Amino acid sequence: MAATAPPAAPTPPLHERLLRIWETPPGLFGILGTVDHKKIGKRYLVTAFAFMLAGGLEAAVMRAQLTAPNQRLLSPETYNQLFSMHGITMIFLYASPILSGFSNYIWPLMLGSRDMAFPRLNALSYWLFLFSGLFIYSSFLVGQAPDRGWFAYAPLTEGAFSPGLHMDFYALGLLFLTVSTTVGAINFIVTLFKLRAPGMSINRLPIFIWGTLTTSFAVLFAMPSLTAACIMLYFDRRFGMHFFDAAGGGHPLLWQHLFWIFGHPWVYIVVLPAMGIMSDMIPTFCRRPLVGYTFVALATVSTGILGFGVWVHHMFATGLPDLSTDFFSAASMVITIPSAVAVFAWLATIWHGRPVLRTPFLFAAGFIVLFVIGGVSGVATAAVPFDRQLTDTYFVVAHLHYVLVGINVFPVIAGFYYWLPKMTGRMLNERLGRWNFWTMFLGFNLGFFPMHIAGLLGMPRRIYTYPAGLGWGTVNLVTSIGAYVFAVGVVLFLVNVLWSIRRGPPAGPNPWDAPTLEWATTSPPPAYNFEVLPSIGSRHPLWEDRLAEGAARSVLDRGPALDEGRETLGITPLDAEPSEILTMPEDSLYPFLLALSLLVTFYGLLTSVWALAIAGGVLVLAMTVGWLWPGPEPEAA
Amino acid sequence: MATTAVARRLPVGGAGKGATGWWGMILLIVTEASLFVYLLFSYFYLGSMARGAWPPSGPPELRLALPNTVILLLSSGAMWWAESGVRRGAQGRLRVGLLITLGLGIIFLAIQAVEYSHKHFTPATDAYGSLFFTITGFHGAHVAVGLIMIAVVTLRAWLGHFSERRHLAVTNVSLYWHFVDAVWLAVFTSLYLSPRFV
Repeated sequence: MAATAPPAAPTPPLHERLLRIWETPPGLFGILGTVDHKKIGKRYLVTAFAFMLAGGLEAAVMRAQLTAPNQRLLSPETYNQLFSMHGITMIFLYASPILSGFSNYIWPLMLGSRDMAFPRLNALSYWLFLFSGLFIYSSFLVGQAPDRGWFAYAPLTEGAFSPGLHMDFYALGLLFLTVSTTVGAINFIVTLFKLRAPGMSINRLPIFIWGTLTTSFAVLFAMPSLTAACIMLYFDRRFGMHFFDAAGGGHPLLWQHLFWIFGHPWVYIVVLPAMGIMSDMIPTFCRRPLVGYTFVALATVSTGILGFGVWVHHMFATGLPDLSTDFFSAASMVITIPSAVAVFAWLATIWHGRPVLRTPFLFAAGFIVLFVIGGVSGVATAAVPFDRQLTDTYFVVAHLHYVLVGINVFPVIAGFYYWLPKMTGRMLNERLGRWNFWTMFLGFNLGFFPMHIAGLLGMPRRIYTYPAGLGWGTVNLVTSIGAYVFAVGVVLFLVNVLWSIRRGPPAGPNPWDAPTLEWATTSPPPAYNFEVLPSIGSRHPLWEDRLAEGAARSVLDRGPALDEGRETLGITPLDAEPSEILTMPEDSLYPFLLALSLLVTFYGLLTSVWALAIAGGVLVLAMTVGWLWPGPEPEAA
Repeated sequence: MATTAVARRLPVGGAGKGATGWWGMILLIVTEASLFVYLLFSYFYLGSMARGAWPPSGPPELRLALPNTVILLLSSGAMWWAESGVRRGAQGRLRVGLLITLGLGIIFLAIQAVEYSHKHFTPATDAYGSLFFTITGFHGAHVAVGLIMIAVVTLRAWLGHFSERRHLAVTNVSLYWHFVDAVWLAVFTSLYLSPRFV
């Protein structure tokens, strides 16, 4: 019934023993069956980045078309598919999965654990993400990519107005992806509840953890709205149902409500973890703790909650009653308060610190500037009269790119410069990093700031070309030049990563002299993360000897070794007292096979080959039962 | 101090309430419940926007649905009886209780199929038909998934997999089954009862 866990110290034989227990075997089984959160995290990062490059390519082609008036490089039909896929890719296949990648890799290291709570679910969530992305992209192979925009307003998406498979790929692909995101969110929450190091009470959590935690809860409540909407869309299109069809008693605005009840929380889902990355990184480079930790943590959570009360600001131009639009306008302005709290906390941290101007800090500083610009244009569009004037113009395009590129892409690149040395054991090139930052920062502003002006001049979004003589030519030319400079910046980043992997100088365990737990292990970390499991006495375990934050001290060099199998420590959720030893699963092919079976199901639904869909469903069931069927009982039981 | 705390003897693997698997099931229920909230929101939204009568052909009949509700509630009781049995190590109570739950769940689905066959409209008739069949169908699908879970757990109960301490799978399936029943009460109240009061 019980095992003893006496404190041990790291020794070479212990290291060998743990490696044998935790390392994934090489070969095909290891590739498809690994449940190591670090491998899964890296896969998430690489896959999401690849989708980002695909989405960037789509944008590059569109910018070529819009560089001058009356261009005919693309047909209107192709242009529709490109802008739809650009949005779907960046919003669904890049912005959220890339943060899941960082969270997957960093969470157990930051929390002082050996893996996530459900390692196999973690593998499943990756395979589902990969397959749903490939499912959506396979639409290009039959020339029928989604073409009604990434928020797919009814009735334009209904069967009568959108023949072909275009929007079936959309509805089913997103449905597929929601499974992955939901599974991932559950995994993060349970990991936080049960797998922290002893002593890591909630007032000692890094803000990045707060960000992903808030996001994961938001996913649980928001994602089902998209699920419901996509199911209804598929039913309308395939079975002649009438959810969004006014003639049959449905209502097109039902789609908009369901989509934005999901969609606006989603905006915070793709920025809160990124803001968390910044809140943990800025202190490292300012050589002091974050100013106002408690306020930033509370701001993170309250943003996540308020994010559920603002969806109607996407619908100001739909003729809703004034009372309703006024309420949501006020709510949208209130949500700026927690954002401002975070901004002032970062500024105060920089002001009171001694900033070290390395590449991650440059990206962090650039992020703050872009966040403020995107925030100001956000408040502007929260005002109903202003929004009615500018809705569906390039002003909105400018706003959403400042927000998403500013608060997602810049922190993500900063995150790579910061944590890639942990993942690969090698530093990136500092000089190339500076070039990388300035081309991306200047290119972005050159490209996207003029879009505000194009919007104010009345240029609508989603037009495939425009006539000369409207005064839109110059701003569009400048935008295209800026977009290409930005793209060069992204290429410089890739060059830097390749250079670093081949000849970057060794990083050592803690190249930035950072305070959090992931820097306490080697770079790259061994398969088992920590040889002995640490216990935590403060918010900055690696800065304790200089901060004097209290008498409690973290213990990193002695602790339970748990070397009788894949084991880690379980704690009580609130007090972080050790409560059990968790037996972690071995590598397994079930997650891969289950995801593959679901892919078969979705192709069956897409093509109306019901036998295929049912066969896939039966396989899903078989894989689930096989997965959950208990192996031999652990001897201790 | 935490290091001394972990030196004491700890159980291997959590059991029952508070285990990682238990939390996983709770969170799955949270997100599934949200899905039904959005489906019922859609029902009331389209109802409030309807130009004619809502529901178009009057409130659905209670003749089959009301007894069916009682059957589902009884199955929850049987599940509770089975689970509290295994907590005391009563293997017989666990096995019999699970079989009764399984039987009542199957009867529920059969009666729902009969009720479907009596309907004068289809999912493609109008928005109400789409809503009625989608919402009750989704609930039915959850019942079916719950029944498969119960079937697997019943099999494992007969194989003697569970003990007083180790029965997390029973606890989780039981949680899910009570959730499916609670959802039915929400669906029943919204679709069958609310048109009679408004």
